[in-house]
Amino acid sequence: MATRTLPDGTRTWRRFTPSQSVVRWMGWLIGVAVFVWCWNRISESTTWFFVWDAPRIAGDIISRATPPKWPYVNELWWPIWDTLNIATLGTLGSLVMAVPVAFLAARNTTPSRFLVRPVALLIIVSTRSINSLIWALLLIAIIGPGVFAGIVAIAIRSVGFCAKLLYEAIEEIEQTQVEAIAATGASRWQVMLYGIVPQIMPALAGIAVFRWDINIRESTVLGLVGAGGIGLQLSASLNVLAWAQVAVILLIILAAVGLGEWVSAKVRGAII
Amino acid sequence: MLRLEKLTKTYKTGDQALKQVDLEVPQGQVLALIGPSGAGKSTLIRCINRLVEPTGGAAWLGGVNLTALGQRALRRERRRMGMIFQEYALVERLTVMENVLSGRLGYVGFWRSFLRRFPQSDVDEAYRLLDRVGLLHMADKRADELSGGQRQRVGICRALIQNPALLLVDEPTASLDPKTSRQIMRLIVELCRERDLAAIINIHDVALAQMFVMRVIGLELGRIVFDGAPDALTPDVLTQIYGEEDWEATIQTVEEEEEEAGTA
Repeated sequence: MATRTLPDGTRTWRRFTPSQSVVRWMGWLIGVAVFVWCWNRISESTTWFFVWDAPRIAGDIISRATPPKWPYVNELWWPIWDTLNIATLGTLGSLVMAVPVAFLAARNTTPSRFLVRPVALLIIVSTRSINSLIWALLLIAIIGPGVFAGIVAIAIRSVGFCAKLLYEAIEEIEQTQVEAIAATGASRWQVMLYGIVPQIMPALAGIAVFRWDINIRESTVLGLVGAGGIGLQLSASLNVLAWAQVAVILLIILAAVGLGEWVSAKVRGAII
Repeated sequence: MLRLEKLTKTYKTGDQALKQVDLEVPQGQVLALIGPSGAGKSTLIRCINRLVEPTGGAAWLGGVNLTALGQRALRRERRRMGMIFQEYALVERLTVMENVLSGRLGYVGFWRSFLRRFPQSDVDEAYRLLDRVGLLHMADKRADELSGGQRQRVGICRALIQNPALLLVDEPTASLDPKTSRQIMRLIVELCRERDLAAIINIHDVALAQMFVMRVIGLELGRIVFDGAPDALTPDVLTQIYGEEDWEATIQTVEEEEEEAGTA
């Protein structure tokens, strides 16, 4: 970098030359200045009274939420069951759609790189870029409120995620195994069945449980907009400030997410 | 039985991997294809079963011109050419039995292969082949549980269950230790003799080739530069194929090994 030979023959070494050092210090200076300026702008538009008041309000809500209203649990079994079903059926539905899309998107299996692949990639990007709550709002308008709208929203939302991970797995398969099956005289579908599918099965199972895990979280809020599940109870309780009920709902959601986490860890452990 | 006429492969980059190769292999003849890396050995055998599309010339198997076939007819002809790969190319997550039976895919329909309902005659033949190569007890193991030599023997079974007329063998011993390499070569040559099969074996190891085959083809830059008996491989010939090097050691080891084999 900056090796210099002094008149007496010793060679000194610095990580940066003097001019590089100046540039780096200027960079830090500008960074700090931007931070201070932003801090001031945010501070000006903040009502500090509410912020200073926040701990008291939070303490108030916690005192109202405890103890949780345990008998309310009996009204939640059905909604949480709905929520788990939305997540599970939604994930299955998304896999049914994602597998063909992934095969069309992967460079080594797509029928046409210039026609089909861009369409498949567009499907992946567009379904991924819209939040499941927004999909739910759209679908409620189309097919009416209820669990079914939630399932379809979760399914569509997950297609992009599953297809993207799956097509990357397809692109990473070992091509010689595919060649070996093709060399036996197998048909195109048999090559897929024997050469490609076994290689992507672990990835497919991993993606499925991973997405199911995410979808349990996502489906807990779908009820907020009327797409079924426990979110409906959550929004109703929040609207009437029934904090003791909100506490029960949050604990139930926590338990459901914990269950999902545990199952997916078990499944992933089993397939690898 | 197999006849190549001016078989040519030019890659899109302009590299000529094969330059008008003419070759005739009679039934039952096992020949070794030697040559430096990049000489076109792999391309040559892949152009025969068209895993690589040749760009010119013809390849005749029996009375059929393989280079002129459509997809469906090509698949039918591929059943007559068993292929054995470097690094085995088994489907790692399938069982040994599934890997062997996959050699019958050209003969069974999609749904039968999907449900793994292969005809009883295929299953019998698979067991017979596994027994022949000494792996009957491994039939239900997953392929990735096997050692290198065992995997290659499964690869051999997969090629043979096709009931081929010709074996295309691509560096069968490249990732095996010297002892296993010899066992695998011996097995391939024996099986070819039992079934009167022709075989083209790509091989790096000149000494190993000399031990087992009756004919050696030397390939250099996509052209055949040597065609003869194994003992005609003199230092001069090897220099022509591979370039300048001290070849005495290579050839000597072979002679010593033969003596050893003779006394044993």
